[in-house]
Amino acid sequence: MGRLIAALKLCVTQRLARLEVYMATYTPSTPMNQLGRGGSVPVPPNGGGDDGGFSDSGLPNYAARLRRARLGMICAIVTVSMVFVSLTSAYIVRRGLPTFDDSTRTYFRDWGSVQLPWVLLFINTAILLISSLTMEGARRQIARRAALAPVRSIPGVSLGDERGFPWLGVTAVLGFGFLIGQWMAWGELKARGFLVSTNPDSSFVYLLTAAHAVHLTGGIIALLWAGTTSLLHRPVEGRRIVVDVAAWYWHFMAVLWIYVFALLAFAR
Amino acid sequence: MATSATAHAHAGPQGFIRKYIFSLDHKVIGIQYFFLALTAVFVGMFLSLLMRIHLIAPLASLPLVGEIKPETYLSLLTMHGTIMVFFVLTTAPQGGFGNYFLPIQIGAPDMAFPVLNMLSFWTTFVGFVVIIAAFFVQGGAPLHGWTGYPPLSAVQSAGPGEGLGADLWITSIAIFCLASLMGALNFLTTTLDMRAKGMTMMRMPLTVWSWFITAILGLLAFGVLLSAGILLLMDRNLGTSFYVPQIIVNGQIMLHKGGSPLLWQHLFWFFGHPEVYIAILPGMGVTSQILSTFSRKPIFGYKAMVYAMLAIGFFGFMVWGHHMFMSGMSPYSAFAFSLLTMCIGVPSAIKTFNWLGTMYKARIRFQTPMLYAIGFVSLFVSGGLSGPFLAQPVLDIQLHDTYFVVGHFHLIMGVAAIFGMFAATYYWFPKMFGRMMNESWGRIHFFITLIGTYAIFMPMHYLGMAGGTRRYSQYTEVAYLQKLMPIHQFMTYAAIITIAAQFIFVINLFWSMFKGPKASDNPWEATTLEWITATPPPHDNFGGVTPVVHNGPYEYGVPGAARDFVMQTDPPVASSGH
Repeated sequence: MGRLIAALKLCVTQRLARLEVYMATYTPSTPMNQLGRGGSVPVPPNGGGDDGGFSDSGLPNYAARLRRARLGMICAIVTVSMVFVSLTSAYIVRRGLPTFDDSTRTYFRDWGSVQLPWVLLFINTAILLISSLTMEGARRQIARRAALAPVRSIPGVSLGDERGFPWLGVTAVLGFGFLIGQWMAWGELKARGFLVSTNPDSSFVYLLTAAHAVHLTGGIIALLWAGTTSLLHRPVEGRRIVVDVAAWYWHFMAVLWIYVFALLAFAR
Repeated sequence: MATSATAHAHAGPQGFIRKYIFSLDHKVIGIQYFFLALTAVFVGMFLSLLMRIHLIAPLASLPLVGEIKPETYLSLLTMHGTIMVFFVLTTAPQGGFGNYFLPIQIGAPDMAFPVLNMLSFWTTFVGFVVIIAAFFVQGGAPLHGWTGYPPLSAVQSAGPGEGLGADLWITSIAIFCLASLMGALNFLTTTLDMRAKGMTMMRMPLTVWSWFITAILGLLAFGVLLSAGILLLMDRNLGTSFYVPQIIVNGQIMLHKGGSPLLWQHLFWFFGHPEVYIAILPGMGVTSQILSTFSRKPIFGYKAMVYAMLAIGFFGFMVWGHHMFMSGMSPYSAFAFSLLTMCIGVPSAIKTFNWLGTMYKARIRFQTPMLYAIGFVSLFVSGGLSGPFLAQPVLDIQLHDTYFVVGHFHLIMGVAAIFGMFAATYYWFPKMFGRMMNESWGRIHFFITLIGTYAIFMPMHYLGMAGGTRRYSQYTEVAYLQKLMPIHQFMTYAAIITIAAQFIFVINLFWSMFKGPKASDNPWEATTLEWITATPPPHDNFGGVTPVVHNGPYEYGVPGAARDFVMQTDPPVASSGH
């Protein structure tokens, strides 16, 4: 413990020394004490106004980048939600529409005959929910690593075994597993005679599951990206941002799937 | 370019491709958007010229297209509308000027996600290429209008352009949606998270507010159009029946059954009405900015302006049904949509009166940007006043398929937004390109364009009230419409003159870019942050310095101040902060 405290002290001293170097070479027109969040400018309490996420050295600081990435992810989640909200409204409207039958000259309801492969879909749901847990494991693991990164950079300091459980890899594999499971579910639907154009609800089953799968694929690409940057030995803080927002997205994908599944299961 | 290159922390990329083509710099991307929109507006304008000439000389053979058949006319109509709405009205005000000036006006070094920003532009560019490709494929461009109503748009055999051309059209729209969503995400994050110290929300220039609210609308609206487009593509290519009922096309029974064309209309207009505000809100923002600057007075009712824009955005999502009064909707729904639509008149009136209040008893500097801003207010009033007429279901049923509607939306959404763009171009050109535009030619351009656009679109209201139907290719075969031909002729001549005048603008633009007199850092004596930095701004906008904001955006004529304006970064004045 004493060793760790000494290491942290050393780290702080090094950072201060680095800041002095910047101060020596950097000549802003506004005084330094007015830059950043600690500035002396009165900011009204109704919020707003920050340093733009750039530290005094002009380099982006990771806390601000993380905050910004999370904000961007919230916007992306709103957008994806709007896509599914509109598909849902189309689903509900189309479900209520009667179809005219030429032979009997009457209207009938052409909805509700599709038989979902329940077992497969429940297995897929379980896989996705487990992947959400492993994703959370990955997020916490990398957050811890990022927090300890300054300590690890000190020569002679070891934090023990750094490998840890490959949460990220497991999540990606489970994600792939879910997609393969969905593919099998489509195969099952096809085998039961329900194609995209067979009837309106089979159209929606394919549409909603495919739309979800496309968005999940985006999440898997983000995980692969984070994995690749880890192999390239990029700074852990940058990777942490990718994994963190990917985790938000991934949890959203799990919730979205449960929503889609519930819609297909109950609004028949 | 970089007057403070020694100080700033971010050196710009040096290679031609990284600097000008795949640039991450929001300023370069803004200029790319601007030129994309400029190209698109000339394509769209050329199509309208062909249409206007065809309307008065239906049998004439025209350059490039030859004799215009009815289906060709509908193709021109569709492509004119689509290109203008998406690639001009949505692209230039938000993607162009928003990209360039939002980060600078809030004191940020760039957008929140520069790579996403670049991706957003190039995705838009691909969308533009795809829609232009629709002209050159088998069957030509689609016929279904910019609103793409099924079943015409959903059945491949419904017309000559409804094959591959229509698929390309939908694909282009879908690509554009993705690009706009990326852009909106970036704008929102930048505005919320990258403001300089002291730049509170209520100290943001109204331009920033307008881009911010536009981004919220885009974020909520484009996803809906995207899903609607996917359903349409599935109906066309996978045999589903979301939009297509049982139908006979060209003597053949289609396999579709049970779908509803109204479903498309609801989804489309849920996007489509906010889209109108996506086009006009940035124009309102820049008009407020310019009116205040050139009146040398604070904007009248800053907070009211912000809340009015928020209200317009909010109500914008609740009025889509007023585009569908003709669809046989329940009179109760129609009443609700009608009432909500008229509610929008209230914030619109607040904005108009505040603009007039800003100019009231002011020492106005009548320079070109100001003329265009006043023109914007004029067009906003003349185009807007016919809105409450059309919001009445009873009147709308009479007027809906006539030129009255064409006149209304061209004035308010088309020309007013274009005037906003002209105002923005004349106002920010010195900052963007480091030189001044020619003032005399600017004024000549303004007066011809103002009178010309009124001459084109005002008679459309009379034409509509007289029963002049829209979307028809030839009016010469219908007896009662023949009597209206002189109005058509007048509008066509006005259009030719107005279009010709636009070359004055283009020549002025390019000539000034290279030969105009050098601009100072703050030629208009304005107060917002883009005017404190060098002209043109360095790569990181402020040369390594983070501006600190002490004042509101429109501090003109402050008692006791040394000059008649106080920059946002000047020491605090008593009335600042709103």
